[in-house]
Amino acid sequence: MSAVPGVHANYDDLAMSLPRNGVEPPGAQLRGRWKDKAFEWLTRFFALAVFSILAAILASLVVGSAASLEQYGVSFIWRHEWNPVKEQFGALVPIYGTLMTSLIAMLIGVPVSFGIALFLTELSPAWLKRPLGTAIELLAAIPSIIYGMWGLFVFAPIFQMHVQPLLIDTLGRVPGLSVLFEGPPLGIGMLTAGLILSIMVIPFITAVMRDVFELVPPMLKESAYGLGGTTWEVVWRIVLPYTRVGVIGGIMLGLGRALGETMAVTFVIGNAHRLAASLMAPGNSIASALANEFTEAVGDLYFAALIELGLILFVITTIVLACSKLLLMRLARQEGAQT
Amino acid sequence: MRYISQLAAVLAGVALSGGAFASDITGAGATFPYPIYAKWADAYKKQTGVGLNYQSIGSGGGIKQITAKTVHFGASDMPLTADALAKDGLLQFPTVMGGVVPVYNLRGVGAGAITLSGAQLADIYLGKIKKWNDPALQAGNKGVKLPDQAISVVHRSDGSGTTFIFSNYLSKVSGEWKDKIGQGTSIEWPTGVGGKGNEGVANYVGRIDGAIGYVESAYAKQNKLAFAKMVNHDGHVVSPNQDSVRAAAAGADWQHAPGMYMILTDAPGKGSWPIAGATFILMHKQQASAGDAKEVLKFFEWAYANGDGMASDLDYVPMPDSVVKLIQSNWKEIKGPSGSPVY
Repeated sequence: MSAVPGVHANYDDLAMSLPRNGVEPPGAQLRGRWKDKAFEWLTRFFALAVFSILAAILASLVVGSAASLEQYGVSFIWRHEWNPVKEQFGALVPIYGTLMTSLIAMLIGVPVSFGIALFLTELSPAWLKRPLGTAIELLAAIPSIIYGMWGLFVFAPIFQMHVQPLLIDTLGRVPGLSVLFEGPPLGIGMLTAGLILSIMVIPFITAVMRDVFELVPPMLKESAYGLGGTTWEVVWRIVLPYTRVGVIGGIMLGLGRALGETMAVTFVIGNAHRLAASLMAPGNSIASALANEFTEAVGDLYFAALIELGLILFVITTIVLACSKLLLMRLARQEGAQT
Repeated sequence: MRYISQLAAVLAGVALSGGAFASDITGAGATFPYPIYAKWADAYKKQTGVGLNYQSIGSGGGIKQITAKTVHFGASDMPLTADALAKDGLLQFPTVMGGVVPVYNLRGVGAGAITLSGAQLADIYLGKIKKWNDPALQAGNKGVKLPDQAISVVHRSDGSGTTFIFSNYLSKVSGEWKDKIGQGTSIEWPTGVGGKGNEGVANYVGRIDGAIGYVESAYAKQNKLAFAKMVNHDGHVVSPNQDSVRAAAAGADWQHAPGMYMILTDAPGKGSWPIAGATFILMHKQQASAGDAKEVLKFFEWAYANGDGMASDLDYVPMPDSVVKLIQSNWKEIKGPSGSPVY
């Protein structure tokens, strides 16, 4: 027993104050425990609040899009018209744009982030680690609308004058890829939006990867080096498998940002409600369609169609999260297996 | 102690700098007249201390906000029909007129060098005329070296009254446009990229070589974009300027327009600019607060009386005096809670 009620001198004391076999501890400890209970209820309340906010958002999305769900049902997902005058709507173009720009962002962003994280943890000289790390974090702090404006005023003209003609002349001549590089160089379009998005997701993925890479026990890495492993082998076979949960978490974080990014994409995607195979062509994403048209929508069906777009984005994000969990489960099962 | 005295000094400063406690009026809507409303609001505030807070969120947004009564007045380039006005109990009146100008960006071709007819403009926006040196364009532009370059069409990505005026004109001059696309603040564009706001379109046209777009005349002037001349209803070639927009408005019969619903596109007249339109203010006929409505009407009366010069500077055309008298007599329909007109 401790001298001051509510304060425990050691672990045994604390253990003595917890209820055992359903019997409450004697007097003095009870007064100290209400703080614990209150804290427990407070945190429980916050957790439940998160759940209920999520449920409320989902409910309001479903209710808001009722008119459009009734009108089109599931076919909304593959219809490609978007005609506010004749009140014909379909989500195919925005869905394609969202997925395509996010795919480009991930294809470029993940290897670059991996490279940066690898450099920061394994290869860089000690004096460079701190400034480089800070620079990456500063990139994450830049507001997305600044990215959009920079993309439109600085990046797009350079892209239009130099990079796109180069791509059209080189990769556009390769037989299988030529369809991806058709059309006049506009500077804006799917590829530009994907590139800007990749610059935006790199800081997030890099920060997470770097943090988890640094958590790898040095003993593991040193053992591998000691057995004659090259840097690449150590990273690919020791560091990455050890940190795969964190790495996949980081990638999902970046993907979540890419899927929902609004202003940066709206500025540079070209806002054309048309499907095109070419990466040079303008397109539309769910977030930018909502940003452009939501305040203007006159008419119940138009409004409901836009809300249904939001619901679809919600569902896409949930599916992506679910897939990442499945992937992690699958990888965990392989742990310890014979190689 | 020192901190408290500093804090007291700051608070006193804030309290004393309050100024006139007149209530601010709020409005929302079209981007078309935003430059002139901003200028008027600035001058009005200097003169009377009453501020105007105008959010240029687009005509559709303006209509929505006034219907929801979140603002004192809504602004729209697309006039509501008398039925729509009656449904929500709104009064509509025009403030200024302006022109929508086709602008382009072609290396080596300066402003006013290209002349377009309505049908050609419709075909360009339908995607039927794809290159600048298309024979159809070359026919109307003898003497101009049109390059063998793809036309990059630029339109609005957001809902817009400017789009409404433009698509209304194209529906009048092209049967195919009328059937396939129609008119509206937000339409299904067959081709091209979308810019957000007049500013977005002006930006894209300025940067993309071979682009064509449509903007309100003030934006064309301020961004120094090359504009195209057009062939009007009577077959004459006109340039977009104050005189041609005024000519387009001259024949308009406001007296007999139900709810002041008037669209000035494709107007007859030798010097009329074909794509002109007025921009409208929407207010509720039954006001919950007579004081607020009075402030709004006072502002607009001031603007009609003193704002003509500012409007002309920005290339808008002020309403003729006879129409202003008509508008002000219509204001008697705005009634306060007591049932009597607020102004």
